[in-house]
Amino acid sequence: MSDRAVAVVRAGALTTVQDLGRTGHAHLGVPRSGALDPAAVRLVNRLVGNPGTAAVLETTVNGCAVRTRCAVTVAVGGAPCPVRVDGRPAAWGTAVRVAAGSVLEIGAAVRGVRAYVAFGGGIDVDPVLGSRSTDLLSGLGPAPLADEMVLPLGQPTDTDEVVKGKGYVDAPPWPGPPDELVLRVRLGPREDWFTDAALRTLATRAYRVSPASNRIGLRLEGPALERALPGELASEGMVLGAVQVPPDGRPVVFLADHPTTGGYPVVGVVREADLGAVAQAVPGTPVRFTPVR
Amino acid sequence: MNAVGARATRVGERAVLVELAGGEETEAFHAELLRRRAAGTLPAVREIVPAARTVLIDGVADPDRLAAELPGWEVGPLPARVGAAVGIPVRYDGPDLAEVATLWGVSVEAAVRIHTAAEFRVAFCGFAPGFGYLTGLDERYEVPRRATPRTAVPAGSVALAGPYTGVYPRSSPGGWQLIGTTDTVLWDTGREPVALLAPGTRVRFTEAGATKEGGR
Repeated sequence: MSDRAVAVVRAGALTTVQDLGRTGHAHLGVPRSGALDPAAVRLVNRLVGNPGTAAVLETTVNGCAVRTRCAVTVAVGGAPCPVRVDGRPAAWGTAVRVAAGSVLEIGAAVRGVRAYVAFGGGIDVDPVLGSRSTDLLSGLGPAPLADEMVLPLGQPTDTDEVVKGKGYVDAPPWPGPPDELVLRVRLGPREDWFTDAALRTLATRAYRVSPASNRIGLRLEGPALERALPGELASEGMVLGAVQVPPDGRPVVFLADHPTTGGYPVVGVVREADLGAVAQAVPGTPVRFTPVR
Repeated sequence: MNAVGARATRVGERAVLVELAGGEETEAFHAELLRRRAAGTLPAVREIVPAARTVLIDGVADPDRLAAELPGWEVGPLPARVGAAVGIPVRYDGPDLAEVATLWGVSVEAAVRIHTAAEFRVAFCGFAPGFGYLTGLDERYEVPRRATPRTAVPAGSVALAGPYTGVYPRSSPGGWQLIGTTDTVLWDTGREPVALLAPGTRVRFTEAGATKEGGR
């Protein structure tokens, strides 16, 4: 019997299983979920020879540790952090071969927020509606990691031997965590619910990442956006990157676990390409919105 | 057969939001989208999300083109009501049933009769996986949300708010008026389909035990 698995030694502040998400079910009220930094997921998966859709770990701030029950190739990327195998420093951002029975320690992020950990063969928990992602809004997918939890791994492709062999990328370019978030935003569909002054505020004033941010939304501290129309909007469908403005006027940028419908007006939508950096922005990071067509 | 007469607005890079005159127009337009998708005449899309008076079409390669074409569409009537509606047996024992009956100006027994006599249709889903917003009650039976939401509404609670009836698929906070309880499983990821209620599904609520006991 092959025991391809890892056991959780230290779960960390919030570590979840993530892949590229659960799309196609929004009409049933199912959030898309998936990793907040999908480019990092594709890259760590590529480093260990997995398809980009394989499930990985997403850590938050202080990493996690697992004990391997089999020899496995791993790669840690996303937020830069110390990596140790049985206490010895190991490489970050590239493939590392770990023997069975070793403790793989992903340390606290030196910069950024979320590290991604790929295992050869991927994390093989049962998929729900086509995805292994943990959805913290609706509770679909596996529970967040807890100490002593065992995570099964899939069978690696023959490229599991990538470290010894051919064709692996040894020096991929990793974007650094942002010192400032510049979010390109396309106005609408409800920009007419806001005053002209509010739209100028959005386009010109500085915001900061609030510590209340999570996988559901990037919450911001800064000037409130004044409404031109009072009242509530009938619930309507929401997209990834939607900049929703609740009654307090502080914009919230919807991230992977966002609700599928909502009743607060959406002043604009942030470009999907700019959202990966949001995953790595620590509280206090300056944020600017740049309107684009 | 009417042209859709709707407003279509771009949402971000890959989505279009279609605004319609009301709930019925929204259901008809949603049904038309599904017809066109089934017939292969709709460009590839990732999500079609109906809501109260809008339909969001997400994951569109050329949203400007789709937004330009939509207002000219001919929209067919709602699909014919073929087959039986999904039956949901309910114990009408909710803590807000008496208050709802008072709001309606009828007895509790009459309120139950009104709710079991109506045929409902899932207008849209949201709030939680498998939570449907069901229309079908007459306008005069609209009720407000509770002033103070409950921190925990039990799974299987049958509830009213505004023009809608809903069934909580799992325990969650909620501000709807609770009129009863069902044992019917609304959401089961081990089942196909996972959601009992999807947009367009027809539903009838029956009084649990009523047939055996010969009514109340």
